[in-house]
Amino acid sequence: MAPTAPFPSTLCAHGPAVAFEGVSKHYGSVVAIDAVSATILPGTFVAIVGSSGSGKSTLVKAVNRLVEPDAGSVRIDGQDVLEREQHELRRSIGYVFQNIGLFPHMNVAQNIGIGSRIASRKPLPDDQVAALLDLVDLPRDFATRLPEQLSGGQQQRVGVARALAGEPGLMLMDEPFGALDPVTREALGEQYRALHERLGLTTIMVTHDMAEALLFADRIWVMASGRIVADASPAEMIAGQCGPEAEALVAVPRLQADRITAMRNMQPQP
Amino acid sequence: MNQGLFNQDWPRILDLLAQHVQLSFAALGLGLLVALPLAILSARNRTVAGVTLGFAGLIQTIPALALLALFFPLLLALSAVFGDAISPLGFLPSLLALALYALLPILRNAITGLRSVEPAMVEAADGVGMTSLQKLWLVEAPLASPTIMAGVRTAAVWTIGAATLSTTVGQPSLGDLIFAGLQTQNWSLVLAGCIAAALLAISVDLLLGVIESGIRWRKHLRIWLAGVALAAGLALALWPAPSPDRPVVTIGAKRFSEQYVLARLIGRRLEAAGYEVRYREGLGSAVVFRALATDEVQVLVDYAGTIWTNEMQRQDPEPRADMLAEITRWTNAQHGVRVVGPLGFENTYAFAVRPDDAKRLGLRTLDDVVRVAPQFVFGTDVEFLERPEWQMVQAAYPLRFKGRRSFEPTFMYRALSLGEADIISAFSSDGRIAANRFVVLDDPRGAIPPYDAILMVSRSAARDARLVEALEPLVGAIAVEKMREANYRVDRDDNKQSPADSAAWLDRMLRTPSQGKTP
Repeated sequence: MAPTAPFPSTLCAHGPAVAFEGVSKHYGSVVAIDAVSATILPGTFVAIVGSSGSGKSTLVKAVNRLVEPDAGSVRIDGQDVLEREQHELRRSIGYVFQNIGLFPHMNVAQNIGIGSRIASRKPLPDDQVAALLDLVDLPRDFATRLPEQLSGGQQQRVGVARALAGEPGLMLMDEPFGALDPVTREALGEQYRALHERLGLTTIMVTHDMAEALLFADRIWVMASGRIVADASPAEMIAGQCGPEAEALVAVPRLQADRITAMRNMQPQP
Repeated sequence: MNQGLFNQDWPRILDLLAQHVQLSFAALGLGLLVALPLAILSARNRTVAGVTLGFAGLIQTIPALALLALFFPLLLALSAVFGDAISPLGFLPSLLALALYALLPILRNAITGLRSVEPAMVEAADGVGMTSLQKLWLVEAPLASPTIMAGVRTAAVWTIGAATLSTTVGQPSLGDLIFAGLQTQNWSLVLAGCIAAALLAISVDLLLGVIESGIRWRKHLRIWLAGVALAAGLALALWPAPSPDRPVVTIGAKRFSEQYVLARLIGRRLEAAGYEVRYREGLGSAVVFRALATDEVQVLVDYAGTIWTNEMQRQDPEPRADMLAEITRWTNAQHGVRVVGPLGFENTYAFAVRPDDAKRLGLRTLDDVVRVAPQFVFGTDVEFLERPEWQMVQAAYPLRFKGRRSFEPTFMYRALSLGEADIISAFSSDGRIAANRFVVLDDPRGAIPPYDAILMVSRSAARDARLVEALEPLVGAIAVEKMREANYRVDRDDNKQSPADSAAWLDRMLRTPSQGKTP
């Protein structure tokens, strides 16, 4: 294997703290998020769960200003996101979303290097592209392929690599693996969790899958009607003291696990 | 005479093709320059889209010929303000009209292309931190470009086709061949013009298609090759023709056979005198004098009555000699145009009927027609009903026709003999009157002014004594019988001659006046 530049250049924990202070957003008369206040400690993996329309995507997009709140502020390491130019802010934050959004007219290396190209007009050096492909567990010769030649899972790996290319401390992931098959999804989730640890990231991931949240996150926020109705660790969630919405969400994978166990027990023993 | 499809004046066709390419490429380029920014604004704002698409759509409903003609008065007004930098004739009005015409397909496709960029692409572009300009340039434009190119292809084909019409405002194009051929019923000339324009349109469309597919499938080599081919074509068209070492004279001609023949006759005389001759043929009546006044053409034959009524805005009849003197004075004072002199024949509006009608209904004068007009269909050339002469005729004779039909002059004579019209505003020097035995009606009230053909030269040519000297022998030299014969050689159905050949015959007749008039 060819030698690659170390990635990231500094291997210390550099994920920032994130704080929401009374953040609200309305679409007409519909309240998407309702005066949300919450804090995320540096290096934490937060999963936001909740039913469709509970406001979880809107909350995450308020961080990189894809959504501009009507009221309240979002602070990253104490600095209000409004103090920075939109595009500057976004370049410093990794963003991965369900529709992946690889640019079809650019090959994998160009997609991964897009942040460098728009920030400094320079393509990302080949060795860094290779390092990023290693990081997301893709063969290096994928660099010259076009997105349409990749499977969905491979495409989202490139999506993650693209988000990581700018060496962000904060990753926003809006149902990143929602469109993938369960096996790919499990593998990617697992690998991303490892990356989160290794790179010392702060990660906010929106998911509608409580099992995913329980397995990968440090903290889980349950949202309903634009509010955070529960903020707890996976262990506390499973212990079941987090309110009816959280309980209903936890019940699903628990019940599935119980039924699968029951089915296994009913198999005739050899 | 051989007028076969493959026996054409190739240098002339190539020259017209080059001018056609220059004009249509320039118009397409200008159209792109205007349409693309408008499309970007429109794709972001529905109101802007409504306005731009509405405007471009409205333009499209104006016939191209009319759009070209409309720029004439507009640019004439502008040139009155800005001076000679703005010419109401030739390249500029053609460029503007064709560019406007190219707007709609480019706009419509570009807006569709930009709007159909997937939301995920926009979200990704925003998410990685692109500015809106970067988003446009790196994501939206490349993704919309196949659709945009499809619009450019449509615009290119339309523009190349419509550019043939620019002949009518004095811009040389392949339309010169079509209009000249149509007028003299030289179908091989029409075909040559059509085929050349079609081949040009098809080649450009093919090359743009290669670029489109290159963009769509990301084959950069294809884009480059086709781009180079297009650029090479344009470079060839722009390649300056070897400039002649002889002085160049441009002769103007309107859109009927006599004008084509006279232009060639004058051309022969000037070539003999050592000039390099260019022709600007197929000009509309309204623009032809303007072309002389602005020195875009240097030599022209026009008719006294036309100058009198259309240019000088006079409706009062005057004796022939006074009228000529007045025209000579006025054109020189107003436009520096010099009247070299009358050619010796008149080509007036001659109201003609079929001989059987004349006999049966006893038609000898326009007064007699008043009686039968309610049963008659009046056939005219395309401009007569709008000309002051028609108002003057109506003022003198209360004519109420059953119907009116306009024809290209060629078809007007056919219409009368076929009964599609019962009376026509024929031209007195046209050989087809006698050939069809049509009866020309007298004008006892003198409503129609004299239409002596007069030879005029522009301001710059008037200073060239040698040129004027070469033209002077034509003054008073052409009897109406000779002109009719020359016209008929071009207009007749059998054994047709080209205007150039007919002009050669006429030239021989003029040099040996004692000989008989028909070979």
